[in-house]
Amino acid sequence: MSTTIGVIQFPGTNCEQDVVEALREVDAEAVVVWHGDERLPSVDGVVLPGGFAHGDYLRPGAIARFSPIMSAVRSFADQGGSVLGICNGFQVLTESGLLPGALQKNAGLKFLCGPAELVVCSTKSVITAESTVGTSLRIPVNHFEGNYTCDAETLASLRAGDQIVLRYADNPNGSVDDIAGICNERGNVVGLMPHPERAAHALLGSRDGAALLRSFVGESSRVPSGV
Amino acid sequence: MRFDVTVEVHLRPGIADPEGSTVERALPTLGFDGVSHVRVGKLITFELEADSAEQADQQATDMCQRFLTNPVIEDARVAVAEAQPA
Repeated sequence: MSTTIGVIQFPGTNCEQDVVEALREVDAEAVVVWHGDERLPSVDGVVLPGGFAHGDYLRPGAIARFSPIMSAVRSFADQGGSVLGICNGFQVLTESGLLPGALQKNAGLKFLCGPAELVVCSTKSVITAESTVGTSLRIPVNHFEGNYTCDAETLASLRAGDQIVLRYADNPNGSVDDIAGICNERGNVVGLMPHPERAAHALLGSRDGAALLRSFVGESSRVPSGV
Repeated sequence: MRFDVTVEVHLRPGIADPEGSTVERALPTLGFDGVSHVRVGKLITFELEADSAEQADQQATDMCQRFLTNPVIEDARVAVAEAQPA
Protein backbone atom coordinates (compact mmCIF):
# COMPACT_ATOMS: atom_id res chain seq x y z
CA MET A 1 0.00 0.00 0.00
CA SER A 2 1.36 3.37 -0.86
CA THR A 3 2.16 6.06 1.66
CA THR A 4 -0.10 9.12 1.90
CA ILE A 5 1.22 12.55 2.82
CA GLY A 6 -1.01 15.45 3.84
CA VAL A 7 0.13 18.81 2.44
CA ILE A 8 -1.28 21.69 4.47
CA GLN A 9 -2.63 24.72 2.62
CA PHE A 10 -2.96 27.99 4.52
CA PRO A 11 -4.35 31.10 2.86
CA GLY A 12 -1.21 32.43 1.13
CA THR A 13 0.56 29.08 0.79
CA ASN A 14 1.85 28.78 -2.78
CA CYS A 15 4.07 25.68 -2.99
CA GLU A 16 1.51 23.01 -2.15
CA GLN A 17 1.05 21.77 -5.74
CA ASP A 18 4.82 21.60 -6.31
CA VAL A 19 5.11 19.49 -3.16
CA VAL A 20 2.23 17.24 -4.29
CA GLU A 21 3.91 16.70 -7.68
CA ALA A 22 7.29 16.00 -6.08
CA LEU A 23 5.78 13.50 -3.63
CA ARG A 24 4.18 11.68 -6.56
CA GLU A 25 7.62 11.59 -8.22
CA VAL A 26 8.77 9.51 -5.24
CA ASP A 27 5.72 7.24 -5.46
CA ALA A 28 3.71 8.65 -2.56
CA GLU A 29 0.07 9.66 -2.55
CA ALA A 30 -0.47 13.30 -1.63
CA VAL A 31 -3.57 15.14 -0.47
CA VAL A 32 -3.92 18.87 0.08
CA VAL A 33 -5.45 19.62 3.50
CA TRP A 34 -7.11 22.98 4.17
CA HIS A 35 -5.83 24.88 7.21
CA GLY A 36 -9.39 25.40 8.51
CA ASP A 37 -9.97 21.66 8.94
CA GLU A 38 -9.79 20.51 12.53
CA ARG A 39 -8.68 16.99 11.74
CA LEU A 40 -6.10 15.43 9.49
CA PRO A 41 -7.39 12.83 7.06
CA SER A 42 -5.77 9.41 7.29
CA VAL A 43 -2.16 10.32 6.44
CA ASP A 44 1.26 8.88 7.19
CA GLY A 45 3.11 12.19 7.17
CA VAL A 46 2.48 15.93 6.99
CA VAL A 47 4.22 18.64 4.95
CA LEU A 48 3.89 22.37 5.69
CA PRO A 49 4.86 23.85 2.30
CA GLY A 50 6.29 27.24 1.41
CA GLY A 51 4.53 30.49 0.66
CA PHE A 52 3.16 33.31 2.77
CA ALA A 53 0.72 31.74 5.23
CA HIS A 54 -1.81 34.37 6.35
CA GLY A 55 0.13 36.97 4.37
CA ASP A 56 3.09 36.69 6.77
CA TYR A 57 1.17 39.20 8.91
CA LEU A 58 2.87 40.17 12.18
CA ARG A 59 5.76 37.76 11.43
CA PRO A 60 6.09 34.82 9.02
CA GLY A 61 4.32 31.86 10.62
CA ALA A 62 2.98 33.87 13.57
CA ILE A 63 -0.72 33.61 12.63
CA ALA A 64 -0.56 30.14 11.05
CA ARG A 65 -0.06 28.50 14.39
CA PHE A 66 -3.63 29.49 15.30
CA SER A 67 -5.11 27.75 12.24
CA PRO A 68 -7.43 24.93 13.37
CA ILE A 69 -5.38 22.24 11.59
CA MET A 70 -2.29 23.08 13.64
CA SER A 71 -3.67 21.42 16.81
CA ALA A 72 -4.01 18.22 14.80
CA VAL A 73 -0.52 18.63 13.35
CA ARG A 74 0.88 19.17 16.83
CA SER A 75 -0.69 16.01 18.25
CA PHE A 76 0.36 14.07 15.12
CA ALA A 77 3.95 15.21 15.78
CA ASP A 78 3.68 14.48 19.52
CA GLN A 79 2.70 10.91 18.67
CA GLY A 80 5.76 10.47 16.49
CA GLY A 81 4.23 11.30 13.10
CA SER A 82 6.62 12.70 10.48
CA VAL A 83 6.24 16.45 9.92
CA LEU A 84 8.26 18.44 7.40
CA GLY A 85 8.22 22.25 7.18
CA ILE A 86 9.69 23.75 4.03
CA CYS A 87 10.64 27.46 3.95
CA ASN A 88 7.49 29.23 5.26
CA GLY A 89 6.56 25.85 6.76
CA PHE A 90 9.83 25.96 8.74
CA GLN A 91 8.85 29.43 9.98
CA VAL A 92 5.43 28.07 11.01
CA LEU A 93 7.13 25.24 12.96
CA THR A 94 9.42 27.61 14.90
CA GLU A 95 6.57 30.05 15.64
CA SER A 96 4.44 27.10 16.83
CA GLY A 97 7.18 25.97 19.16
CA LEU A 98 7.48 22.61 17.38
CA LEU A 99 11.09 23.52 16.57
CA PRO A 100 13.41 25.84 18.55
CA GLY A 101 14.84 29.17 17.38
CA ALA A 102 13.56 31.68 14.84
CA LEU A 103 14.10 32.83 11.24
CA GLN A 104 15.09 36.47 10.86
CA LYS A 105 15.67 38.60 7.78
CA ASN A 106 18.59 37.56 5.60
CA ALA A 107 21.85 39.27 6.40
CA GLY A 108 22.30 41.89 3.67
CA LEU A 109 18.55 42.45 3.26
CA LYS A 110 18.50 40.51 0.00
CA PHE A 111 15.72 38.24 -1.14
CA LEU A 112 17.56 35.07 -2.14
CA CYS A 113 16.45 32.92 -5.03
CA GLY A 114 18.84 30.38 -6.49
CA PRO A 115 20.50 27.02 -6.02
CA ALA A 116 22.31 26.37 -2.74
CA GLU A 117 24.91 23.75 -1.92
CA LEU A 118 23.99 21.85 1.21
CA VAL A 119 25.77 19.28 3.33
CA VAL A 120 23.97 16.52 5.22
CA CYS A 121 25.07 16.81 8.88
CA SER A 122 22.81 14.29 10.60
CA THR A 123 20.92 11.17 9.60
CA LYS A 124 18.72 11.38 12.66
CA SER A 125 15.93 13.24 10.85
CA VAL A 126 13.15 11.72 8.76
CA ILE A 127 14.44 13.51 5.62
CA THR A 128 18.02 12.31 5.95
CA ALA A 129 17.51 8.83 7.43
CA GLU A 130 18.43 7.29 4.07
CA SER A 131 21.38 9.63 3.46
CA THR A 132 24.91 9.70 4.85
CA VAL A 133 26.67 12.47 6.76
CA GLY A 134 28.83 14.57 4.42
CA THR A 135 26.63 14.07 1.34
CA SER A 136 26.43 17.22 -0.81
CA LEU A 137 23.07 18.32 -2.16
CA ARG A 138 22.13 21.06 -4.61
CA ILE A 139 18.68 22.43 -3.73
CA PRO A 140 17.20 25.91 -4.41
CA VAL A 141 16.45 28.50 -1.75
CA ASN A 142 13.83 31.21 -2.17
CA HIS A 143 13.39 33.39 0.89
CA PHE A 144 13.75 36.74 2.58
CA GLU A 145 13.54 35.55 6.18
CA GLY A 146 15.74 32.47 6.22
CA ASN A 147 18.47 33.59 8.57
CA TYR A 148 18.21 30.99 11.33
CA THR A 149 18.98 32.22 14.81
CA CYS A 150 18.74 30.94 18.38
CA ASP A 151 20.41 31.59 21.72
CA ALA A 152 23.75 29.99 22.60
CA GLU A 153 22.13 27.44 24.87
CA THR A 154 19.72 26.26 22.16
CA LEU A 155 22.56 26.04 19.64
CA ALA A 156 24.60 23.93 22.05
CA SER A 157 21.68 21.59 22.58
CA LEU A 158 21.01 21.32 18.82
CA ARG A 159 24.65 20.33 18.32
CA ALA A 160 24.72 17.94 21.26
CA GLY A 161 21.46 16.32 20.15
CA ASP A 162 22.61 15.82 16.54
CA GLN A 163 19.67 18.01 15.47
CA ILE A 164 21.45 20.11 12.84
CA VAL A 165 20.25 18.27 9.74
CA LEU A 166 21.62 20.38 6.88
CA ARG A 167 24.21 23.15 6.64
CA TYR A 168 24.96 25.53 3.76
CA ALA A 169 28.35 24.91 2.15
CA ASP A 170 28.46 28.65 1.43
CA ASN A 171 26.17 30.46 3.89
CA PRO A 172 23.91 32.74 1.81
CA ASN A 173 21.75 34.35 4.52
CA GLY A 174 23.78 34.70 7.73
CA SER A 175 22.25 31.71 9.55
CA VAL A 176 24.03 30.84 12.78
CA ASP A 177 26.40 27.88 12.35
CA ASP A 178 25.47 27.78 8.61
CA ILE A 179 22.19 26.07 9.55
CA ALA A 180 19.85 25.28 6.64
CA GLY A 181 17.65 22.76 8.46
CA ILE A 182 17.08 21.32 11.92
CA CYS A 183 14.98 18.62 13.55
CA ASN A 184 13.46 18.08 16.99
CA GLU A 185 14.99 15.69 19.53
CA ARG A 186 13.14 12.67 18.13
CA GLY A 187 14.00 13.54 14.53
CA ASN A 188 10.36 13.27 13.36
CA VAL A 189 9.80 17.03 12.99
CA VAL A 190 12.09 18.73 10.48
CA GLY A 191 12.29 22.27 9.14
CA LEU A 192 14.49 23.54 6.33
CA MET A 193 14.66 26.73 4.24
CA PRO A 194 15.69 25.13 0.90
CA HIS A 195 12.92 23.69 -1.30
CA PRO A 196 13.45 19.95 -1.95
CA GLU A 197 10.31 19.88 -4.14
CA ARG A 198 12.06 22.20 -6.60
CA ALA A 199 14.89 19.70 -7.01
CA ALA A 200 12.80 16.60 -7.51
CA HIS A 201 13.09 16.00 -11.24
CA ALA A 202 15.96 15.94 -13.74
CA LEU A 203 14.15 18.65 -15.73
CA LEU A 204 14.55 20.98 -12.72
CA GLY A 205 18.33 20.64 -12.82
CA SER A 206 18.70 18.49 -9.72
CA ARG A 207 17.10 15.42 -8.20
CA ASP A 208 18.78 15.89 -4.81
CA GLY A 209 15.55 17.09 -3.21
CA ALA A 210 13.77 13.91 -4.29
CA ALA A 211 16.20 11.90 -2.16
CA LEU A 212 15.14 13.89 0.94
CA LEU A 213 11.46 13.47 0.10
CA ARG A 214 11.90 9.75 -0.58
CA SER A 215 13.47 9.37 2.85
CA PHE A 216 10.60 11.38 4.38
CA VAL A 217 8.02 9.16 2.68
CA GLY A 218 9.87 6.01 3.74
CA GLU A 219 10.08 7.11 7.37
CA SER A 220 6.43 8.26 7.33
CA SER A 221 5.32 4.79 6.25
CA ARG A 222 7.04 3.23 9.27
CA VAL A 223 4.63 4.94 11.67
CA PRO A 224 1.04 3.62 11.65
CA SER A 225 -1.30 5.71 9.50
CA GLY A 226 -3.01 8.61 11.26
CA VAL A 227 -1.06 7.99 14.51
CA MET B 1 -11.61 50.88 33.00
CA ARG B 2 -10.40 51.31 29.45
CA PHE B 3 -6.76 51.77 28.64
CA ASP B 4 -4.90 52.83 25.54
CA VAL B 5 -2.04 50.41 25.06
CA THR B 6 0.99 51.02 22.89
CA VAL B 7 3.41 48.22 22.12
CA GLU B 8 6.70 49.12 20.47
CA VAL B 9 8.43 46.12 18.91
CA HIS B 10 12.13 46.17 18.10
CA LEU B 11 14.69 43.56 17.17
CA ARG B 12 16.74 42.62 20.21
CA PRO B 13 20.20 44.12 20.61
CA GLY B 14 22.66 41.89 18.80
CA ILE B 15 20.08 40.75 16.23
CA ALA B 16 21.03 42.15 12.85
CA ASP B 17 18.60 44.83 11.65
CA PRO B 18 19.26 44.95 7.89
CA GLU B 19 16.28 47.27 7.38
CA GLY B 20 17.72 49.75 9.88
CA SER B 21 21.18 49.59 8.32
CA THR B 22 19.76 50.14 4.83
CA VAL B 23 17.84 53.22 5.97
CA GLU B 24 21.00 54.45 7.70
CA ARG B 25 23.01 54.06 4.50
CA ALA B 26 20.35 55.90 2.48
CA LEU B 27 20.01 59.00 4.67
CA PRO B 28 23.39 60.60 3.79
CA THR B 29 22.43 60.56 0.10
CA LEU B 30 19.76 63.16 1.01
CA GLY B 31 22.31 65.20 2.91
CA PHE B 32 21.38 63.93 6.41
CA ASP B 33 24.83 63.27 7.80
CA GLY B 34 25.66 62.16 11.32
CA VAL B 35 22.80 59.65 11.63
CA SER B 36 23.69 56.40 13.35
CA HIS B 37 22.10 53.48 15.24
CA VAL B 38 18.97 53.42 13.06
CA ARG B 39 16.59 50.67 14.15
CA VAL B 40 13.35 49.84 12.36
CA GLY B 41 10.54 48.39 14.44
CA LYS B 42 6.77 48.37 14.51
CA LEU B 43 4.05 49.89 16.61
CA ILE B 44 0.94 48.03 17.76
CA THR B 45 -1.84 50.02 19.46
CA PHE B 46 -5.10 48.85 20.96
CA GLU B 47 -7.65 49.56 23.66
CA LEU B 48 -7.94 47.19 26.59
CA GLU B 49 -10.53 46.76 29.33
CA ALA B 50 -8.86 46.06 32.69
CA ASP B 51 -9.32 46.71 36.43
CA SER B 52 -6.14 48.74 36.81
CA ALA B 53 -3.21 50.11 34.84
CA GLU B 54 -1.08 47.43 36.43
CA GLN B 55 -3.37 44.67 35.21
CA ALA B 56 -3.51 46.17 31.72
CA ASP B 57 0.28 46.32 31.64
CA GLN B 58 0.53 42.72 32.80
CA GLN B 59 -1.91 41.50 30.15
CA ALA B 60 -0.19 43.42 27.36
CA THR B 61 3.20 42.09 28.45
CA ASP B 62 1.79 38.56 28.41
CA MET B 63 0.42 39.15 24.88
CA CYS B 64 3.91 40.22 23.80
CA GLN B 65 5.52 37.11 25.26
CA ARG B 66 3.02 34.74 23.71
CA PHE B 67 2.07 36.32 20.41
CA LEU B 68 2.82 39.95 19.56
CA THR B 69 6.58 39.43 19.56
CA ASN B 70 8.90 36.52 18.97
CA PRO B 71 11.04 36.69 22.13
CA VAL B 72 13.87 34.87 20.34
CA ILE B 73 14.53 37.91 18.17
CA GLU B 74 12.32 40.76 19.38
CA ASP B 75 11.88 43.00 22.44
CA ALA B 76 8.77 44.98 23.30
CA ARG B 77 8.17 48.20 25.20
CA VAL B 78 4.64 48.43 26.60
CA ALA B 79 3.00 51.74 27.54
CA VAL B 80 -0.43 51.96 29.17
CA ALA B 81 -2.53 55.09 29.64
CA GLU B 82 -6.10 55.52 30.85
CA ALA B 83 -8.30 56.05 27.81
CA GLN B 84 -9.71 59.58 27.56
CA PRO B 85 -13.50 59.69 27.14
CA ALA B 86 -14.34 60.46 23.52
